[in-house]
Amino acid sequence: MAKVLVFVEQRDGKLKKASFELLGASAKAGNETHAVIIGDGVAGLANECASYGASKVHVAQDGALKNYTNEAYARALVAAIKTVSPEIVLASHTPMGRDLLPSVAAQVDGALATDCTSLAFSGASLTLKRPVYSGKAMADVEYMGSGIKMATVRPNSIGVPKPEAGKTADATNLTVDLGGLKTKILEVVKGNSARPDVTEAGVVVSGGRSLKSADNFKIIEELADTLGAAVGASRAAVDAGYRPHRDQVGQTGKVVSPSLYIACGISGAIQHLAGMRTSKCIVAINTDPQAPIFQVADYGVVGDLFQVVPALTAECKKLKE
Amino acid sequence: MNLYVCIKQVPDTETKIKVNGDGSGIDAAGIKWIMSPYDEFAVEEALRVKEKNAGSTVTVITAGPDRTVEALRTALAMGADNAIHVELPETADSAFAAKALAGALKKEAKVDIVYFGKEAIDDGAAQVPQLVATYIGVPSVGTVVGIEYNGTTLKCKREIEGGAFEMVEVSQPVVVSGSKGLNEPRYATLPNIMKAKKKEVKKMSLADVGASPSDQKIKMKGLQLPPPKQAGKKIEGDAAAQAKALVTALHNEAKVI
Repeated sequence: MAKVLVFVEQRDGKLKKASFELLGASAKAGNETHAVIIGDGVAGLANECASYGASKVHVAQDGALKNYTNEAYARALVAAIKTVSPEIVLASHTPMGRDLLPSVAAQVDGALATDCTSLAFSGASLTLKRPVYSGKAMADVEYMGSGIKMATVRPNSIGVPKPEAGKTADATNLTVDLGGLKTKILEVVKGNSARPDVTEAGVVVSGGRSLKSADNFKIIEELADTLGAAVGASRAAVDAGYRPHRDQVGQTGKVVSPSLYIACGISGAIQHLAGMRTSKCIVAINTDPQAPIFQVADYGVVGDLFQVVPALTAECKKLKE
Repeated sequence: MNLYVCIKQVPDTETKIKVNGDGSGIDAAGIKWIMSPYDEFAVEEALRVKEKNAGSTVTVITAGPDRTVEALRTALAMGADNAIHVELPETADSAFAAKALAGALKKEAKVDIVYFGKEAIDDGAAQVPQLVATYIGVPSVGTVVGIEYNGTTLKCKREIEGGAFEMVEVSQPVVVSGSKGLNEPRYATLPNIMKAKKKEVKKMSLADVGASPSDQKIKMKGLQLPPPKQAGKKIEGDAAAQAKALVTALHNEAKVI
């Protein structure tokens, strides 16, 4: 058993599912599980943390913490670490978590392993696996020295536990010195997409250069929206200007591990496979039966995506009815 | 302006990874080494700022074994003025590398902006920019896809999830890590590649930068290739039949929809 502090991430007053994975895993292992929430007017989120397994919730609230900055959030998380004195600190490997944890590790002289895809608690330590070379290989992590053990975990690696309804959190406020900050958020420009982010989604539908135009991605989007999925793309599709770089899956884009990955018209270059091969179930749709993508696919459909994908959307709609 | 770029040399993205004998790393035989792709955006950004600000210099720094000098030469060929190579063992982790880079930066008279790529594509740790920023006591802004410069203030466009951006204002000195979209990196011309071969690379030892193996915080071991996947199920028929069979399998067998 260990004392664990989980950085529970919120944006616009909404907690991230990925944070619940960490709370659940820690509580299930019988650890003394603390949560820290950072933001402005976020105390109301404490009960939700309790329902996913936090026995104590620490809340840092301030106008200067309304939006994420590395500098201000690092001060708040360091304050939480000083209050709790945990053996282990966990966060999700999200744009916020992956930016924040290294700064905090440097400030508390902790040992940090990032982007872990499996985690198990063993006494006061952690057993971790993480992909290297963008998933072309996997490695075990060994912590050295006596510093706090810290890790960021890739979303969807553990699974979200069932919340326990009606829990009331044991919550306390943290005091954070926020004087003399050098970084300031001028504005957060919202994305224009209602779809989930490609790194957080449970299902990803990706398209390659065979889509032939940005317009043709409509059929990918329709399938994605039917499944509540994110839209991904191969590097070739991004370089051709069909999709923005933020949708790119692969070694020089996002690395994802959803429960279902549907690759449409993607041949499966080594760099693309590196970005998605840890997905739990892979479907490949391609006209070329020799395409390397079929070697990692659980289900292979040799066929024209312009016919198969709309048919698939129709079948999925039927299933939902 | 005193501009710095920290870069890392990594295996080319085409590389098929082979694990070495004891699983502590990879078999380096036959690997083609390149500058990590995100670092190219960092070098390019520094060069563009230099070109707009007379009297500026761009210094590239790397920490790694001897072969990594080649990555410095690539940056010199792109147009960097100076290069520093800190000798660091192959097995160093992010914390050790960051201590080495921070130590080299602290030896410099004045540091205005330090650029990084958002992550290196070998260990993909995405830690070093923020660690270095903390070690040298300056703020950091990560995953930046656009920068407006206004005197000593930077307005950075930071990419976050769901196609959203944070517009972050920060003042120098600062660490910025760049991502694709920041700029289009230039190609080095042949004459510049030839010239870069003759430029001096300043060598620094761990003692010179005040770092030591005790700065290492984690170690990778037991490297394994992902288990080969069993051949998947081929779904036959016309498009309508394939779609029907696939949805049935995903729903009943794989239970993912």
